[in-house]
Amino acid sequence: MEFLRPATWAEALAAKADLPEAAPIQGGTDMMVELNFDVHRPAALLDLNRVAELTRWTAEADGRLRIGAGVPYARLIAELGDRLPGLAQAARTVGSPQIRNRGTVGGNLGAASPAGDSHPALLAGDAVIEVESAARGVRMIPADEFYLGVKRNTLLPDELIRAFWMSPASGPQYFSKVGTRNAMVIAVCSFAIALHPGERRVGAAIGSAAPTPRRARAAEEFLAAELDWDAPLEPAVLRRFGELATEAASPIDDVRGTAGYRRHAIGVMARRTLTWAWNDLRAGRTERRAG
Amino acid sequence: MNARITLRVDGRDRPVALDTRTTLLDALRDRLSVTSPKKGCDHGQCGACTVLLDGRRVVSCLILAVACDGSEVVTAQGLVEEGEPHPVQRAFLEEDGFQCGFCTPGQICSAVGMLQEVKAGHPSQVTDDLTGPVTLDDEEIRERLSGNLCRCGAYVNIVAALREETAPSEETSPRAETSPSEEAES
Repeated sequence: MEFLRPATWAEALAAKADLPEAAPIQGGTDMMVELNFDVHRPAALLDLNRVAELTRWTAEADGRLRIGAGVPYARLIAELGDRLPGLAQAARTVGSPQIRNRGTVGGNLGAASPAGDSHPALLAGDAVIEVESAARGVRMIPADEFYLGVKRNTLLPDELIRAFWMSPASGPQYFSKVGTRNAMVIAVCSFAIALHPGERRVGAAIGSAAPTPRRARAAEEFLAAELDWDAPLEPAVLRRFGELATEAASPIDDVRGTAGYRRHAIGVMARRTLTWAWNDLRAGRTERRAG
Repeated sequence: MNARITLRVDGRDRPVALDTRTTLLDALRDRLSVTSPKKGCDHGQCGACTVLLDGRRVVSCLILAVACDGSEVVTAQGLVEEGEPHPVQRAFLEEDGFQCGFCTPGQICSAVGMLQEVKAGHPSQVTDDLTGPVTLDDEEIRERLSGNLCRCGAYVNIVAALREETAPSEETSPRAETSPSEEAES
């Protein structure tokens, strides 16, 4: 197995163009499991750990944050938890503390597992993925268009994930997931919500309950039309939001849970997270502990 | 395919030539005879192979050794200074924080890394106040050590050891700083 160690982003793109079958590796927390158990034997590994710019994040002129694909979850939590609370909550549930010191959103995006914890928060928060190839330069892909199928994304063979872009939260955000414990379990299903009070709009997305992570579009549109932003939450609105979130799911039965359970849990999490976020909004808070 | 790298392990430079597929754990145990980190599951679930890599706790089974060229690796063995156990090691001894001992070096490294994270103000999944210093109660200790399994079930005494170790915590530190203007936006 060839092992490529580019020192710069330009070298990394050149290496990926020369050898498109090379599998990129950063934290290794997903890829190494497959290598250790010989599930997957890539022709080559493209180690991105020396590419320093991947581990940096910047506040851009347009107000958005550009976060390098190699920033580990632990740093997202510590350095950006105040500006990206929904994503930070999801990050606090990834793997274990040791995994969070290595694992990255870039890795989650590359693997594109429907159960990846960061995806619903990226979708609800309107993240845009920056990918690049030596031949064609940069492509900016809205998270909503990034996931194609189970463990499939829109990356072309010569492309690498450079960063993701997100606006700092403009309102309360929550992430919720169902699992047997917090550490080292794959989500049974998950849900993320982001309130955008300025635009009178709500972002909502489901994880581990369909072939890809996906937005709950009908639920979002319902809230944009029906939510009275100056009043307490109406029980009927809350209930309908839960139903529409459930309808966005197309889950399967597997060892972690049944499709029926997942549908039910998505509805519960949708109602819960909207209630938490609404209470925070009414109280002028942006975040409290999620459950 | 082979590579020559140098790891700084427990304070000593250790040059080694190895197959690029070698994990940090295998490099330490099989090539450098540093057997303090243990191979429990080899897929990041059990935490027995936890070491401190450039100061942060990581599972050494999920890292390729070549990716660590030039890095500082500290194992539980390396936490001993001049024959004196590290305070966390002493606390495990005093509180009987183990039975068979297989998971212990990983638990110790994880605990040392965890205490540094707490000192830096990093919140966990069970932290209520995300802006203030972290109060390391039993719930926090359990959550923060949840990446280390103990099949003997010595958890009660591991928690006690860390409760003991952290009891007089006069040190507090603020979380990552936020400017007032950024706060106003969010």
